[in-house]
Amino acid sequence: MFLFLASVSLIALAFILYFILREAVPVFRGATIQELLGPKWRPTYEAAPRYGILPMIGGTLLVTIGSMALAIPLGLAAATFIAEMAPGWLKDIAKTALELLASIPSVVYGFFGLMILSPYIRDSLGLLTGQTALTASLLLAVMALPTIASLAEDALTAVPRSYREASAAMGATHWETTWRVTIPSAFSGLIGAVILGMGRSVGETMAVLMVAGNSPQLTFSFLKSIRTLTSGIALDIAETPSGTTHFHALFFMGVVLLVITLAMNWIAEWFRGRLAKGHLKR
Amino acid sequence: MVTPVSPIAQPAAHDVKSQKVCRLDEVTRAWIKKNIESEIIIEAENLDFYYGKVQALRDVSMCIPIDGVTAVMGPSGCGKSTFLRTLNRMYELTPGAHAQGRVSFLGQDLLKADPAAIRHHIGMVFQRPNPFPKSIYENVAYGLRIEGVRRRSALSDSVEESLRHAGLWTEVKDRLRQSAFGLSGGQQQRLCVARAIAVRPKVLLMDEPCSSLDPKASARIEDLARELSDELTVIIVTHNLQQAARVSDNVAVFMAGGELAEFGTTRQVFDDPQDPRVADYLRGRFG
Amino acid sequence: MNNMLIEDRKGKHRKAKQVTAVAILGFLSSVSFLVLGAILYFLIRNGASAFSWEFLTEFPRRMMTEGGIFPAIIGSIYLTAGAVLVALPFALGAAIWLTEYSGGGWWVRAIRIGVNTLAGVPSIVFGLLGLALFVITFGFGVSILSGALTLAILILPIMIRSAEEALNAVPRSFREGALALGASRWHTVHTVVLPSALPGILTGTVLSLSRAMGETAPIMFTAVAYSMLRLPNSPMDKCMALPYHIFVMATESPSYGETRNLQFGAALMLLALVLVLNLFAIVWRTISRRRKAW
Repeated sequence: MFLFLASVSLIALAFILYFILREAVPVFRGATIQELLGPKWRPTYEAAPRYGILPMIGGTLLVTIGSMALAIPLGLAAATFIAEMAPGWLKDIAKTALELLASIPSVVYGFFGLMILSPYIRDSLGLLTGQTALTASLLLAVMALPTIASLAEDALTAVPRSYREASAAMGATHWETTWRVTIPSAFSGLIGAVILGMGRSVGETMAVLMVAGNSPQLTFSFLKSIRTLTSGIALDIAETPSGTTHFHALFFMGVVLLVITLAMNWIAEWFRGRLAKGHLKR
Repeated sequence: MVTPVSPIAQPAAHDVKSQKVCRLDEVTRAWIKKNIESEIIIEAENLDFYYGKVQALRDVSMCIPIDGVTAVMGPSGCGKSTFLRTLNRMYELTPGAHAQGRVSFLGQDLLKADPAAIRHHIGMVFQRPNPFPKSIYENVAYGLRIEGVRRRSALSDSVEESLRHAGLWTEVKDRLRQSAFGLSGGQQQRLCVARAIAVRPKVLLMDEPCSSLDPKASARIEDLARELSDELTVIIVTHNLQQAARVSDNVAVFMAGGELAEFGTTRQVFDDPQDPRVADYLRGRFG
Repeated sequence: MNNMLIEDRKGKHRKAKQVTAVAILGFLSSVSFLVLGAILYFLIRNGASAFSWEFLTEFPRRMMTEGGIFPAIIGSIYLTAGAVLVALPFALGAAIWLTEYSGGGWWVRAIRIGVNTLAGVPSIVFGLLGLALFVITFGFGVSILSGALTLAILILPIMIRSAEEALNAVPRSFREGALALGASRWHTVHTVVLPSALPGILTGTVLSLSRAMGETAPIMFTAVAYSMLRLPNSPMDKCMALPYHIFVMATESPSYGETRNLQFGAALMLLALVLVLNLFAIVWRTISRRRKAW
């Protein structure tokens, strides 16, 4: 009985895989794999529909890189400060604030991005529209930051006290201990934290949907409007009749998204698990 | 033997006995010089220590001679480890801990100096071996690297020398680049000794360094402590009386409440303890 | 001479490095918290004026350019309450099995991996699942039922983890005490372990409630309607929901300028609900941890 209840998460996972694959596989009746990985997404152009999801993969990649360029340094800096330097009371406040930041719904971030950030970017950079990859990257960075910071903080705090003592007893300053002992010891945990944060960025839907502009173009410019895998699905699926190649192509995008995020998750968990084992040996 | 009468006000109880404890006046110094025939490297003067509101050391005054091994003994909870951690200010890592009084190291007040600088001169080995999760080489080179030594040859020379001193060189010379975690407990502890002496400290503090080791590995650490005492001052905390008797030249015995009950040469203290509590303590353990 | 001994020449340089590092890291971390402040500031400044009793209790009027967000609030409550009610028994059962009965082994590892994996699935994929499974295959259509079930799967891993954590925090000695008195395992669990873990489990429930309340992507094509002029009257009915309401108002509203105030109001309302729930859970968790004598 309890075993059944416990297995529900596995069953749910199996359902996800089964149903999404079931709706995704028929796409091959309407398009070849080369077409699906092509650079043109024109599903509603009836004369010659194209179902290439490359622009969405490119868009996801672009905003993920952009957001991580900001979120990784900020998140790790915040984690290091909170774990190693902040006094007790500040630590409590900071951790609560991180938890609250992480709990803000993505639609609220998206709303903030659309109403405040995107006009600001448009005006300050003199663009026609503020709905760009840059806007989405900034917003995603803010959203991934609490994840990275709090997981990285966990990893740093898990470093045994004896390492720090040994280093302090050698005459190292607090920063030298942090930089030369604590951070290297927590390294795989920090990588795990970063990858999980990255996974958040890849999988985030609403915020990107609201601020990235959603043009399915393959570009490497942060000042252009882009569409990601997630926003691509969210945009089209409500208005696409089920059973069409377009509908199946959207589920195919879901499969690609799922594969990417799950792979990142597993890699991250592997790194985090390695950390736990490394300390346990001691 | 002349016991000096200290001009410093003494605690009421055990008055006569605690006079044997050295007090930092000229008479005491003279006594130390005469009886132990050594310079003094560390002097504690009216040292009180608190964890929050709990007092862990009570008005401790003593001198540590520069030569030989000084053992710090006493029943558990008597403050012997706390005393050791005052000498290199490691207690500062414990929130709420603070010390009052004066501890001088070659004449300068330790409690007012920069802790990082002090710890360069006063190294420490802990209860449990605590190598860094780095290679054997990097563990030993750590102290030099934070001092800013970059030259490879200087580092390698120093690593080899320290490992030789710690009696570990022949065992690890072929695997310097492997993780320190692959070593046995006793080897790890000797690695920690090598790491501590690589920066050429003047004093080495050893906080029950054998408590997690088997008898054979313990014996090697004891030998090491003796050998090292030719070149630096060794202060070793131990609850093992035989070990103190084997290793040390001088002994300080703390009693519950963080009071220093007796200080003298190992021979004196073991053969003829002045404080009845110390006598009981020594007898209880031997009997 | 003694001074030279303790203050070595490089000491100053190293000290300076220490101070610089703390300053830089402190500055970078405060940036992150300024962001939280900025979001709160802009939402409150623009949205606070929309708040009134009518805003919270009235239906939208005139193509959503006037009136309140009452149906959206009610819809969100139906969806989240439904999701938590469905997920709670499963999560509790799973956590009890993992902590009390399993005793380790590969099956436990598999379930742990399953829970972690499920937690990493993007929310839009839950939306796809809900669409394919509940809406199409089970034929529930776009309904509160489909949405609540989808959200239930989404919050399942969070609830399992927090319940497991709460159960693990109950000291072994409690269980051993009861078992030593001859109580059966189940008896021990429900008379000793569960009551001790209850505050922790409730905290986790409140946190998942707030998570479900803020999610948009999973309900977007399983439960919500753009606008409804009545309250839903059965679980098979569509409903409005606060996060979706914010989304459509911001992206598809016919008269952008006029409704700006209402939009900020709705966003502020959602943010306030979520933050209050979270803060409540965090404070409660802190208090119950402190109160514990063990």
